Amino acid sequence: MMATIQFVFTWLYAAVQSPLPIRPEAASSIAEGVDHLYFALTAITLFFTILIFSTIFFFMVKYRRRSPNERPAEIETFMPLEIAWTLIPTLICVGLFVWASSLYFENSRPPAASSEIFVVGKQWMWHIEHPEGVREINELHVPLNVPVKLTMTSEDVIHDFYIPAFRVKKDVIPGRYSSLWFQATKTGTFHFFCAQYCGADHAEMLGWVYVMTPSDYEAWLAGGARTVSMADAGEHIFSNLGCATCHASKGAGRGPSLAGVYGKRERLKNGDTRVVDEAFLRQAIVNPNSLVLPNYPPIMPTFQGQVNEEQVLQLIAYVKSLGPELSEERNGK
Amino acid sequence: MSTATLDVHEVPAESRVNYLNASYGVKSWLLTTDHKRIALLYLASITLMFFVGGTFAVLMRLHLIEPQGALVQPETYNRFFTMHGVIMVFFFLVPSIPATLGNFLVPMMIGARDLAFPRLNLISWYIYIIGASFTLYAVISGGVDTGWTFYTPYSSSFSHSQVIPTALGVFITGFSSILTGLNFVVTIHKMRAPGLTWFRLPLFIWAMYATSIIFILGTPVIAITIFLLGLERLLHIGIFDPAIGGDPILFQHLFWFYSHPAVYIMILPGMGVMSELITCFSRKRIFGYSFVAFSSLAIAIISFLVWGHHMFVTGQSIYAGLIFSVLSFLVAIPSAVKVFNWTATLYKGSISYDAPMLYALGFIGLFTMGGLTGLFLASLATDVHLNGTYFIVAHFHYIMVGGAVMAYLGGIHFWWPKITGRMYPDGWARFAALVIFVGFNLTFFPQFVLGYLGMPRRYAVYPAEFQVLNVMSSAGASILGIGYLIPLIYLMWSMRYGPPAGPNPWGAKGLEWQTPSPPPTENFEEIPVVTEEAYDYAGGSRG
Repeated sequence: MMATIQFVFTWLYAAVQSPLPIRPEAASSIAEGVDHLYFALTAITLFFTILIFSTIFFFMVKYRRRSPNERPAEIETFMPLEIAWTLIPTLICVGLFVWASSLYFENSRPPAASSEIFVVGKQWMWHIEHPEGVREINELHVPLNVPVKLTMTSEDVIHDFYIPAFRVKKDVIPGRYSSLWFQATKTGTFHFFCAQYCGADHAEMLGWVYVMTPSDYEAWLAGGARTVSMADAGEHIFSNLGCATCHASKGAGRGPSLAGVYGKRERLKNGDTRVVDEAFLRQAIVNPNSLVLPNYPPIMPTFQGQVNEEQVLQLIAYVKSLGPELSEERNGK
Repeated sequence: MSTATLDVHEVPAESRVNYLNASYGVKSWLLTTDHKRIALLYLASITLMFFVGGTFAVLMRLHLIEPQGALVQPETYNRFFTMHGVIMVFFFLVPSIPATLGNFLVPMMIGARDLAFPRLNLISWYIYIIGASFTLYAVISGGVDTGWTFYTPYSSSFSHSQVIPTALGVFITGFSSILTGLNFVVTIHKMRAPGLTWFRLPLFIWAMYATSIIFILGTPVIAITIFLLGLERLLHIGIFDPAIGGDPILFQHLFWFYSHPAVYIMILPGMGVMSELITCFSRKRIFGYSFVAFSSLAIAIISFLVWGHHMFVTGQSIYAGLIFSVLSFLVAIPSAVKVFNWTATLYKGSISYDAPMLYALGFIGLFTMGGLTGLFLASLATDVHLNGTYFIVAHFHYIMVGGAVMAYLGGIHFWWPKITGRMYPDGWARFAALVIFVGFNLTFFPQFVLGYLGMPRRYAVYPAEFQVLNVMSSAGASILGIGYLIPLIYLMWSMRYGPPAGPNPWGAKGLEWQTPSPPPTENFEEIPVVTEEAYDYAGGSRG
């Protein structure tokens, strides 16, 4: 008991002694903007809290009951006041909404020239793969001042990828791709956390972002435990699973050719038009009969369970790497 | 003034027949259809649940004193916060004011002898008890670890804990809310005393009415959601788990379609209590009656359209995010209007500092902070950073504990003399209000900072740099825990030893004060006729 009390006091003392951190490190291109909004909101909160508190204290002292039989005269509702304190908060709210939304709008759209990194969450670790084929667990190395887009999915339950120093966060959802982007502005190491409760070791599903200068990053990529690039790994899976039997080049097989298919608009048999993006390709692999093309029979089996999410990402990287001419392009590179 | 006459001052409470001594024995309580006795049955049940849920909170805060966790394994900690949330939300906060004070006061405030459906009222309590039993069974048979939000597919396909008994408990208890809501709506429409028009109703009744609407419209949705969750978990029908063809985000839409309005189920009744307390202890008519009344309805309606603000980071479309953001800002306005009107009610009043008033003032302060920090989360750009962190935890505890629980305690202290016929020691009650206010702020204010610094919620262990703020929070929680125990002790003491209160110890308006304390079983000897507006503390004179 004494030990506990002593412990608490030690820490409270430490809390008073050391200046408490009250602002997290701001290490991305959007962090300052988010913080400015945060400070404005804090100022508004303080202003109204102090206004209400001080008004109440003033009234409590000034109008305290002086005799038990006091009967204060009635005050009629004063319409201009009601309108004022309805309108003013409304205007403040509209202003905040516009500010916060336009900022969010900017922050949500990755620049076109972002370099991509792939993230797969599973209970309770983060698998990260760079297009060059370097893979890491619970560590994310990124170059300084380069926009980076994370494409993320989950093997099991919903996770959430959260880098406080970058002020970014996005749920990582099984069966879907979600993405977030950031541009680191400071070298150093920063926490990332799983911010969506995901079971027993949720609190241990965290790691570090290493922000490196672009040259250090290149050196790191070159020195990493590289095997093959994601696209090459995907090609390997493609041939192992016999995908090429049907998806031969030049449309000669039983299935459509995949050359140049990424990014195209496809008209499906059911009349829908969809853009062939990562989500489309993933769906075509795990649930092919939901995406039947007009001129092809629905004969493709599902590959759900035969490939894990990382392999799906590699397959997608392979398909993305295919130019209009399937084999020539790859062979020529 | 009402025509109800009072000549009970000379007669000691004990020798008069009232609802407490009209009959004796366990059976007379368990088979009662008297709304006042049912209110007490609820009071005992939810108080038990409050202290069970509170125990989990204390264990959590104790565990978090050290970064590596001071007390238990992560699996156990995960069960602590889940059971804390499930019990506090579904078995304490949702029924708290409506089922106890609402049950006791709705008929008394409108001059009726009981609710419209007294037996349905008793059934509601039994349904609550059955639901609570399932959930308590889940607690003692290993607990549940999904978080009170039951997010899929973790809850449906991955969790190895007592999901089904817990969910069944929540499912069943929902029906008790629906029936209570139904009972209140019918009672308020059909059973008001002669002369008691809608705009003469105490604002507590308006708040109960708005709450009842949410009960009736919202609760079926959580029932359906939990039913679907059960289908997937037991029969592996793919509804939410993408591995078997479901959509995990669908669950969140359904869950928050109820659970956001449920926040207002918890806070609207507190706002109703507030209007009664502020007027009585400043002896003033409420400033802007119709604004306060209609803001309750506005909150009830808009609350159904803001659920998506829980899902800004799920990858929901940017445009959906914009709509939910603007509506979330909108729902803040009626709450602000209420706070301003309560504050203005104090102006040129005759303010006394009896214990219930201290709780009321505590409510205004904490609710104001809770509401304003909500703006951080309605703002899309800041929500991205703060969502899922301790900032959220702090924000909703300011609303639900600082707001709803303060109001509940204020209401209990205000109407306790009416309910029991006894006074509690005022000094202790004021002291407890102060301890709770200080303990609360010390517990939850550091959590705002923790959240902004980036500490995610629901972490059994955490990086060492967050320790100082966590220790502060835990220290506050121990003060808060003591603050909640003090009223439990003196209120129970007062039931036996407190001095008789008399019919109207606060000099309050309202029909419930125009009948003896404790009231007779039939509430009023004669049904009163109302000839004045609510809170006519000036005695009809206009200043």
